[in-house]
Amino acid sequence: MKSLSFLKSYKKEVILAPTFKLLEASFELFVPLVVKDIIDNGIRNSDKGYIIMRCLLLVLLAVVGLVSSITAQYFAARAATGAGTKLRSALFRKIQSLSFKQIDDTGSATLITRMTSDVNQIQTGINMFLRLLLRSPFIVVGAVIMAYYVDFKTAHIFTVVALLLSLIVFLVMFFTIPKYKLVQNQLDDVLLHTKENIKGVRVIRAFTQEENEVKAFKGENAKLLKLQKISNAISSIMNPATFVVINLGIIALIYAGAVRVDYGIITQGAVVALYNYMSQILVELIKLANLIITETKALACKNRVDAVLSMEEYKKPAGKDKITNHLVTFHNVSLSYNDNREYSLHNISFNVDKGETIGIIGGTGSGKTSLINLLCGFYEPTIGSVYIGDKNILNMSDKELDNSISLVMQRAVMFRGTIRENITFGKYNASDADIENAVAVSQSDVIVEKKSRGLEEFILEQGKNLSGGQKQRLSIARALVRNTPILILDDSFSALDYQTDKKLRKALEESSKDRTTFIISQRTSTIQNCNKILVLSEGELVGIGTHNELLENCSEYKDIYISCNREVS
Amino acid sequence: MKSSFIIKRVLKYIMKYKLSFISSFVLTTVTTICSLYIPVLAGRAIDDIVGKGNVNFKSLMVSLSYILIALIAGGISQYIANIFNNKISNGTVKDMREEAFENLQNVPVSYIDTQEVGDIVSRVIADAEQFADGLILGFQNLFSGVMTIVGTLFFLFTINVWIALIVVILTPLSLFVSKFISKKTYKYFQKQSIQRGKATAHIEEMISNIKTVKSYHKEDKVCKDFDEINEELGRDSLKATFFSSITNPGTRFVNSMVYAAVGLGGAFFAVAGGITVGNLSASLAYANQYTKPFNDITGVITELQNAIACAGRLLEVIDAEPYPDKKGRLPENIKGSFEVENVDFSYDKSVSLIEGLNFSLKSGQRLAIVGPTGCGKTTIINLLMGFYDVDKGEIMVDGVDINTVSKKSLRQNMGMVLQETWLKSGTIRENIAFGNESATDEEIIEAAKASHAHSFIKRLSKGYDTYVGEDGGNLSIGQKQLISITRLMLNPPPILILDEATSSIDLVTEQRITRSFMKLMKGRTCFVVAHRLKTIVESDLILVMKDGNVVERGTHRELLSENGFYSELYKSQFE
Repeated sequence: MKSLSFLKSYKKEVILAPTFKLLEASFELFVPLVVKDIIDNGIRNSDKGYIIMRCLLLVLLAVVGLVSSITAQYFAARAATGAGTKLRSALFRKIQSLSFKQIDDTGSATLITRMTSDVNQIQTGINMFLRLLLRSPFIVVGAVIMAYYVDFKTAHIFTVVALLLSLIVFLVMFFTIPKYKLVQNQLDDVLLHTKENIKGVRVIRAFTQEENEVKAFKGENAKLLKLQKISNAISSIMNPATFVVINLGIIALIYAGAVRVDYGIITQGAVVALYNYMSQILVELIKLANLIITETKALACKNRVDAVLSMEEYKKPAGKDKITNHLVTFHNVSLSYNDNREYSLHNISFNVDKGETIGIIGGTGSGKTSLINLLCGFYEPTIGSVYIGDKNILNMSDKELDNSISLVMQRAVMFRGTIRENITFGKYNASDADIENAVAVSQSDVIVEKKSRGLEEFILEQGKNLSGGQKQRLSIARALVRNTPILILDDSFSALDYQTDKKLRKALEESSKDRTTFIISQRTSTIQNCNKILVLSEGELVGIGTHNELLENCSEYKDIYISCNREVS
Repeated sequence: MKSSFIIKRVLKYIMKYKLSFISSFVLTTVTTICSLYIPVLAGRAIDDIVGKGNVNFKSLMVSLSYILIALIAGGISQYIANIFNNKISNGTVKDMREEAFENLQNVPVSYIDTQEVGDIVSRVIADAEQFADGLILGFQNLFSGVMTIVGTLFFLFTINVWIALIVVILTPLSLFVSKFISKKTYKYFQKQSIQRGKATAHIEEMISNIKTVKSYHKEDKVCKDFDEINEELGRDSLKATFFSSITNPGTRFVNSMVYAAVGLGGAFFAVAGGITVGNLSASLAYANQYTKPFNDITGVITELQNAIACAGRLLEVIDAEPYPDKKGRLPENIKGSFEVENVDFSYDKSVSLIEGLNFSLKSGQRLAIVGPTGCGKTTIINLLMGFYDVDKGEIMVDGVDINTVSKKSLRQNMGMVLQETWLKSGTIRENIAFGNESATDEEIIEAAKASHAHSFIKRLSKGYDTYVGEDGGNLSIGQKQLISITRLMLNPPPILILDEATSSIDLVTEQRITRSFMKLMKGRTCFVVAHRLKTIVESDLILVMKDGNVVERGTHRELLSENGFYSELYKSQFE
């Protein structure tokens, strides 16, 4: 029920919309009675005045019906779009609050479908539900009750028909909902394929794989069509089945009515009224059947959205604080991303003091980024503890973490918006002086200067109008502007040429003496001046010390150093 | 796009299902006739029930058995028609989607570079879905709606001309109401559609880059920005939803008027003896049913307008100008010599970028491009691979202007590893064999050994069959690069382009790969962009670029002796 809880703030609308709908429906239910009167009294007695009065009553019923119906539509639209908007907002917030692990497990493609088409379907579903889904059963039940009023005995047919109809509706829904789910999941796959294809345009074309891509896409699509076919084959039963049941009801009703009239128990007008009620049910049910399809789809979407909304709020377990006398302390830390005990980091211990510059080096997959993930609190250690100051990182709030650490990720991400907006992404109220300084230190000034609109230059989605190196420098500026005591650069120079790399490092060193900086790199030249260098290999900390110390006593470091130098000599 | 144009185009797609279309039409006609004939039969039956002791059971039973036949025939044909309708609309959307996807493979790269990924995806997925929904509804209701109106009028005229005339005269009122409303709504639907696109773009961007957002703890800000767009979407949505939902009550009201008028007229005729009570009952049943098709049609019209807007957005992708590929082919077994003459190029035609680029490269030679970031290195690769066409001048491979040959024949001879790696979701094996589906396991493993990817792949839980998710899943950038390199090693073409191919790979591994690369490059024409200079030093020609221009050129030795920008760059890495 999670996604529907947003209707709570629309209690008034949720109650008023169906109420007005019911009002409209009850006026409609009077119509056959009025017609019965016309036949039994007006026509039989040739009373034209009576007929005119009754017909005016029909007009009055129609006017009142119109007014209540429009009122109902308004409230329904308000409730649906309002709840849809709130749901979208809450879902977005929820997704933003997911932990890194949850995001890895779920995948962003499906989250995007849930945010967009699923929520839209739910919105339509709510709207239709308030407008029609209550009206239709009410008309059906109302017609049954009115039938009992007209003739108690014949009305049993109505009860049987109504029960049969409910059974049909229930069965069709019961079988289609799981099928719709499959359809939606397949649609996710089609979406993923499309997205990947667009993102990989260069590689696909370089390998002239366009035709194969089309073939694969057609395969996914054909699968989708097949699933749609199955779910349609079931849901299509609804309309004809109700049509058949109701008309069978009409046959039974006319025959039973005929017998009752023959005995003189009811009038011809009463049979017409009963027949009219049955027709009303038919008209209503055809509408209902179409609606049920919309509703089952919406329900499947609701379940998918609920699945996200009910993902467990990531709760850090509490940890023990400890007096460390250091700024950052790793104490016997191991990390496993999945629960199969394959450690990405194993038994890491080290500490860092304020103002130090720490280099982290190691091969691909050695655990450098994992170490950063722990330091930033994105993942929690499987074993051991991480302390910032005397505080266990588990006990730090997002805000505390935010105020202490800035991270520049390996993959530089840019957002749509101006350069200024991108730089101040992490510190909205940064002063012009701060921005200027960050731009200068990160060597982004050349980028900004080249743009005709300077800082106000617009960056396209994914930073498409920037080169890899430009993105890296701007993302460093984004981190610098926040001026946090700890700065982490996760291989953030990889797309920079040596000269820019060197200038940047120099500027960084000069810009703040208090800052503690972690630099992850593949090149020994980038980190050789660090106060301390951590050497990682396959998840183990195999060396720690200064450049010179490590050259002496760490063979892994030496290997890396030699390969770096061999390269340039 | 104009809606008339969109409709014309959509009809063309639907016409592929001509047979289903005709069958659906015939079956819907049968259904409609059956359901319309039932009130007449019921009216006849009611006329047999006059009063106490005055019921003609024999004639009654005949009418009732006709109803039975009509309901069975109607029910069955309706079911089959439904199946056909779904087949047509889902099939049409599938076809259109595929065509859009196919066209995306043929549009120039610049088209994709300038569009937002989220927007294209939403056109191909969400808009297509909405369109399918609209289409199904259209088929189900538009057909039967029109048929019902025609049928109702027919039966009404056979009962009583005057009653029928009442209905006919009041009909335009209903049409007027629905037309008025749908005209008003279209505007709001369009607004809603635009706003939805904005919201989707934001969602796509912020969810795809969620880790960056989170690492800056900017979830709140991002959510607030979203709320702003979302609130506006909510407002537009409310208007679109409300105004479109007035249609039903509006036409229902008109129908009630018709109903009252038929009741009045019918009753007067019945008093005068012109019609029977059964006739009146049938007429009223028709008057009642008569609203439904109008409701449906108007409902469908608003829905269809929405669907047409969606189809239009999808058609824009289908119609995006494909790249006018050339027919020519490069000769078989090309040697790979390059002549680049007086090439001008810029992305934004009002700002010049590369001007008068010249160089030549013999078969098997290596060209290195160096320069600070943003100097135009990647642009040259875009030109060599034919992702973008030169504005002026020529690029010739073995003496053939690449602008005269098909991209496929060009690219078949070229292999590329880019700095920004791309893996598709699939197994490691599938990713390595991308472009060489027929590669055997041995070949794949051999290639992986050459690229030194084998050792890390081996350690993955399912080795080469490990499934990597979206965007390479949990693999590090370095690992992704290794796989991209393996992809190239598997079946290396005569020309290689390496754009920072190893930038995220650790040096020890890189050192090992370099050895394999060197072997690979032997006898192949190569273009190398790199910051690490080993591969550059041994190049036959080095272009030093700055701001789109070649500022220095020559071999490593020559450039060093020039003591210019290159030597400055080169020396900086030792400091």
